[in-house]
Amino acid sequence: MSHHTSIQPADVSVAGLLRTDDLQQLIDALIAAGYDVIGPKIDQCAIVYDQITSVNQLPRGWTDLQEPGRYRLQQSDDSKYFGFAVGPHSWKKYLFPPQSIVSTATRTENGWQFSTDAPPAPRLAFLGVRACELAAIEIQDRVFLHGPWVDPIYKSRRDAVLIVAVNCTSAASTCFCSSTNTGPRCRSGFDLALTEIAGGFVIETGSESGRAIAARLPLESVTEHHHAEASSARAQAEAMMTRKLRTDDLHDLLLGNLKHPHWDDVATRCLSCTNCTMVCPTCFCSTVTDVSDLTNDHVQRERKWDSCFNIDFSYMNGSPVRNSIASRYRQWLTHKLASWQDQFGTLGCVGCGRCITWCPPGIDLTEEVVKLRDAVHANSEDPS
Amino acid sequence: MITPFPSSHPHNPWLAHSVRIQRVTQETPGVATYDMAFDDASVAESFQFLPGQFNMIYLPGVGEVAISISGDPGQRGVVPHTIREAGNVTKTLARLPLNSSIALRGPFGSSWPVESCVGKDVVIVAGGIGLAPLRPAILHLLKHRSELDELTLIVGARDSSLLLYPERYDDWRAKGMNVLVTVDRADESWHGCIGMVTAVLDRLWLRDASKTVVMTCGPEVMMWYTVQTAIRRGIPSAQCFLSLERNMNCAIGLCGHCQFGPEFLCKDGPVFCFDRVASRMKVEDL
Ligand code: SF4
Ligand code: SF4
Repeated sequence: MSHHTSIQPADVSVAGLLRTDDLQQLIDALIAAGYDVIGPKIDQCAIVYDQITSVNQLPRGWTDLQEPGRYRLQQSDDSKYFGFAVGPHSWKKYLFPPQSIVSTATRTENGWQFSTDAPPAPRLAFLGVRACELAAIEIQDRVFLHGPWVDPIYKSRRDAVLIVAVNCTSAASTCFCSSTNTGPRCRSGFDLALTEIAGGFVIETGSESGRAIAARLPLESVTEHHHAEASSARAQAEAMMTRKLRTDDLHDLLLGNLKHPHWDDVATRCLSCTNCTMVCPTCFCSTVTDVSDLTNDHVQRERKWDSCFNIDFSYMNGSPVRNSIASRYRQWLTHKLASWQDQFGTLGCVGCGRCITWCPPGIDLTEEVVKLRDAVHANSEDPS
Repeated sequence: MITPFPSSHPHNPWLAHSVRIQRVTQETPGVATYDMAFDDASVAESFQFLPGQFNMIYLPGVGEVAISISGDPGQRGVVPHTIREAGNVTKTLARLPLNSSIALRGPFGSSWPVESCVGKDVVIVAGGIGLAPLRPAILHLLKHRSELDELTLIVGARDSSLLLYPERYDDWRAKGMNVLVTVDRADESWHGCIGMVTAVLDRLWLRDASKTVVMTCGPEVMMWYTVQTAIRRGIPSAQCFLSLERNMNCAIGLCGHCQFGPEFLCKDGPVFCFDRVASRMKVEDL
């Protein structure tokens, strides 16, 4: 897939080298510019995204070992600030919050009065956004901003965000962004981008706001040697990536085999636990419900993340349309990899591997696609 | 004719309009038509919908439900919705006194292809409460009756007590629509036709099948067999339209609930050309 159009102007240029010891100055500059900085941090044995004010909160010297159904942190033999891949969180939780209020209603003498006034969106600077995550944000932009209707909550949050991307210099075993053409190199969609090398960070700018922040940093000039080191660091991520997903035939393969017995096979392993949809940076399903106070005079319409794996998700006229796990897994996979292309002109998957790592039984979508493809082809070659 | 609303929507799609329940007409057991009047005169003036579109009816503290508009698209100020008591929202609605303050968001979704019926023959096939979303199309076509050739409505219900809007059929006939009524089961008081709507369609005289448009709404199986019958009669499948139903929560294509393969029923539907959804209608649990 190569449908990605950048939201940011494609004016990416190298601004300079920030010494490792000066990384705090980047955080300080972001804070001075009025942003709360959100970055990677260790919490309960995983690297998550949370507010940070100091480089000491970053998981320096840690890396993540990921496999289907497994995630483990490990001290690495270098002292890189960003020597890991992606954890269970994604930036989605700040742009499309797990819980938000879409409107309120107040009972008055003249009947109900409605409001969609919301507090101003927080000004957040995301520090450490990977290429696959830039792609995921761009995909959610298509969903929430570029359809017939604009989601006001997503829009106000998105407009208030500054993005500091980080080029991956290693890959987890679950990563496959090369296959989805969403990484590992950060090409657009950021204000600033960092490539971590020995002694510092090569800094690129991708927007006016990014250049304004860069102007406040004690940058040194980037030598040929730095450039070479940065590109070999980035090449290393590409080289480490072993997982693959063939994408050219996905649309017709999945939508052309909705009745294939392989869906029942996956269903024997899938627990319908919703983990894959909760960790996925592009999944956007939600449900709005009413929450009233005790007097029933003040009502809030609360939107929460939902999942196509929840049985109530498709509830209609007294029963769920997708009653079986097979039908729910089929909905998820065909949406991600096939009907998403019809809906938004792009895959719904950016190859981040989260759904593979955080699936309790370790179901791997790339492998399920291969199994389905092989079964379909074996059948079509069967002379009977 | 009708002007479709613009494709860009400047206002917040979550903002509901306050309405009053101005009138309730009992239709069949558990089904009533609620005429909703806007509190805000400027909304009343500007609210327009296309036949087949729906609103999200909102009872604060209870929730929302997607309901097709069943009124005349040319009429301003009051918006009728024919609603069956089924879930929480519709059951609560049925207990509210007249003039209660509630709300709605809308209109949403695609519409019946009434514009493309000019110069054609039209067959409308409704099952049970499926006549409600078709009524705006009927009223529109009757108003533009001279622009069409044949206009037929086939209405079916399980029994005669479940026929929707029976008191209007004569008026519709008087305005130039051939109204054929059939019931699945009948007692001795019924003197009309007995059988499925598809059987009536099977025997219907068609002036020119290739120039006939079919619009159908009712249970999914009924719509499927209606279109199969139409195709067998020589009506091109590209001229057959139906209205699908799924769980709807946001109505603006953002919540994911109403997906039917690549389609979001709320923004791509609920009215579809048969060709667009045919292959998926035969897939179970989609
Ligand atoms: S489907 Fe899985 S690999 Fe693809 S973007 Fe979502 S979580 Fe990442
Ligand atoms: S695929 Fe895995 S993570 Fe997703 S619902 Fe099934 S068991 Fe849970």
